[in-house]
Amino acid sequence: MMPRPLSVLHRVEEYPGTVTLQLGAADNQPLPAFLPGQFNMLYAFGCGEVPISFSSMAPADGRYCHTIKTLGAATGALTKLRPGDSVGVRGPFGHGWPVAKMAGRDVIIIAGGLGLAPLRPVIQALLNELNTTGNMRLFYGARQPSELLYRDELAQWSKLFAVQTTVDMADARWRGHIGNVNSVLTPSMFPSNSIALVCGPEVMMRYAIGELLKKQLPPEAIYLSMERNMKCATGHCGHCQWGPQFVCKDGPVFCYRDIQDWFHIREL
Amino acid sequence: MALVGSLTQHPFFRGMTMADLQLIAACGARKSFAAGDYLGREGHSADHFYLILRGQVSIEIYFPERGALRLQTLSDGDIAGWSWLFPPYRWRFDLRAQTSVDTIALDGCRLRAECDRDPRLGYDLMQRFAAIMTDRLQATRLQLVDLYSHHAGAGS
Amino acid sequence: MMNNNPEESYWLAADNLDHLIQALRQTGRQVIGPTLTDGAIVYDRIDAAEDLPQGWTDQQDKGSYRVARRSDNAYFGYNAGPHSWKKYLHPPRRQVFRAVQSNDALQFVAVDEPAQAMAFLGVRSCELHAMTIQGRVFGAESDYQNRRQHSFIVAVTCTVAAPTCFCTAMHTGPEVTLAYDLELTEVIDAQQHYFLVRSGSDEGERILSQLPLTASTAQHHAQRQEAVDRVRQQLETGPRHFDSSDLQSLLYRNYDSEAWDAIAERCLSCANCTLVCPTCFCTTEIDTTDLSGQHAERWQQWDSCFNADFSYLHGGSVRTSTRSRYRQWMTHKLATWHDQFGTSGCVGCGRCISWCPVGIDITEEINAIRKQESS
Repeated sequence: MMPRPLSVLHRVEEYPGTVTLQLGAADNQPLPAFLPGQFNMLYAFGCGEVPISFSSMAPADGRYCHTIKTLGAATGALTKLRPGDSVGVRGPFGHGWPVAKMAGRDVIIIAGGLGLAPLRPVIQALLNELNTTGNMRLFYGARQPSELLYRDELAQWSKLFAVQTTVDMADARWRGHIGNVNSVLTPSMFPSNSIALVCGPEVMMRYAIGELLKKQLPPEAIYLSMERNMKCATGHCGHCQWGPQFVCKDGPVFCYRDIQDWFHIREL
Repeated sequence: MALVGSLTQHPFFRGMTMADLQLIAACGARKSFAAGDYLGREGHSADHFYLILRGQVSIEIYFPERGALRLQTLSDGDIAGWSWLFPPYRWRFDLRAQTSVDTIALDGCRLRAECDRDPRLGYDLMQRFAAIMTDRLQATRLQLVDLYSHHAGAGS
Repeated sequence: MMNNNPEESYWLAADNLDHLIQALRQTGRQVIGPTLTDGAIVYDRIDAAEDLPQGWTDQQDKGSYRVARRSDNAYFGYNAGPHSWKKYLHPPRRQVFRAVQSNDALQFVAVDEPAQAMAFLGVRSCELHAMTIQGRVFGAESDYQNRRQHSFIVAVTCTVAAPTCFCTAMHTGPEVTLAYDLELTEVIDAQQHYFLVRSGSDEGERILSQLPLTASTAQHHAQRQEAVDRVRQQLETGPRHFDSSDLQSLLYRNYDSEAWDAIAERCLSCANCTLVCPTCFCTTEIDTTDLSGQHAERWQQWDSCFNADFSYLHGGSVRTSTRSRYRQWMTHKLATWHDQFGTSGCVGCGRCISWCPVGIDITEEINAIRKQESS
């Protein structure tokens, strides 16, 4: 499958090394629609290709939005792109968050670090229907205040629904919570019809899921977005296998019920 | 009675007998703090622990050259303080209100005496505190591993 | 496609096998078949019957493969070698696209290789199963299926089996049971040397019509059946025949088996087993640029789950230990493959046994896991 060349239309540095890019077709042609939780393969010229989740439903005019952190050669090249530069895009791929299952239920969203990026589209989608859905609560943990994503939007969200932000470390200027995201989760109680969406480093998800199970959330009400080495994104290169699943096409979003047998096996 | 009601609703006391709750309530009093007030100070005697009803409290360590470094925060529904349980019954860290804070302050000296008199109550309370310490230790360990520095975000 | 009626097979003198090769070549196809190269019987271009490894066989065992002279002049008297047909249907290395960057515009150019019309001469039943399995992996719309559909299959009934073969355990042989264009059964004894040929397709029929055939007799059919029965009996009474019906649940129960530790003590993580396996399909992608920085290429090449960076995830690999890599390979092949593609990923060809430099035998390891579980 061939990448499609798209242009960088807008670039925001979230914090040093992490940027959010808006991509669009040079000829303004509409782009294939995507669902919250799906991802694109982004190709940096000559450097390689990496899977990056859609990080916003907006702008609604058919542009794509991706938040990228510098980790290797390809992400390093992508984060250096400037408006007007080109990038190769394949997608959308994968299964996203179970939006249809959320109607009328309390939605608990637990995000860690860059894990907020794949969750932002689902938060935006739910906000559009806030009147028809139950409560939404966001628990968001980050390394330090300067590494919080989408700070303006977080401030807006906190006026509309419960947002609990916590950081691992902070100086005196930070007035919010300090501590692991699970520690702000611990005292909370969740109604029995809740559905939980978890995204962050695997270790953080492991402990968050443990906390949710302790609070009597059934495995079928817990969804998480997994990461493995994805190269082809179509289930043909074999790299992202995780037990019987291909993370690229069977995930990246999984229902915990379906993967609980594999989740705790090491080096799977 | 209002105090017993508040205790009954708190998950920390879930499943306790009314007799025990009344005994504990008798050791308690509502206490509010203004932002900046200390609930406990490192080295000072730890006579109380607090049930935070509303507000945010930080656990801090004081550096001579930098001032207070906040390590963790506690808020609504959290229990603050277990130094009253163990000799030398002194606070190990500072505990300071970050906002105005409403609490139920429980008299640790009296409760300790009750626990000595009734080891069943002592064991029950110890179990409840051990669970909180375990949660707090786990959260601290997760803070230590610097989870987010190598993570790219799921699907990325 | 299938034609299982022995009455519809024809008799072809062994000396006339070259007629078949020439008839195939005249259709414009490149004929690929077995040939003796560098001490092994491999698949390569065949221009005439003399390119075939006539009179040669192989002796295989754990970690061992040697070609040897046969006492007769059989053309197909050898067993599965280091190559499989996947090198033609799922090429080891291919260019995916070229990219050109100029004046801030990025352009992608697909590299489309037209599917070369090929004829595969000497496809064993286990290998036909392997093709079907890889076809399921890549799907109906894939380049793989395109190449497969453009290929003419001359299947060969197995009348020999190596000690490493276990097709009867995996239900993939020795008789040909999947679709072919032509099927050959080679019969040879002191008096005679001939092929029974039958067609399984219209194109096979057209080739047949060009060959110097005569009608087959009941005696020929009996000789054919006797040869097939002999090899089946050899396989079913051999040391590597086993009941494979519970492999999926066995492996799902045994992720933590200590047997994996014992395998890891021997396994070199060399990836030989994945390269010789006719169903292993994993690939990686390599992106390059030229010195001008304006031209980039993407290449796809075979990869292996035994390679260190196969499971690389920014910062490290998920499977760092050899134990976890062997477990991934074997559990994928025999268990998770069922969930993914509705079939086993193993056809019992035994290549991974012969070509493992330390002689790890997948059938022995299944037993080791079983034993560990019941101990």
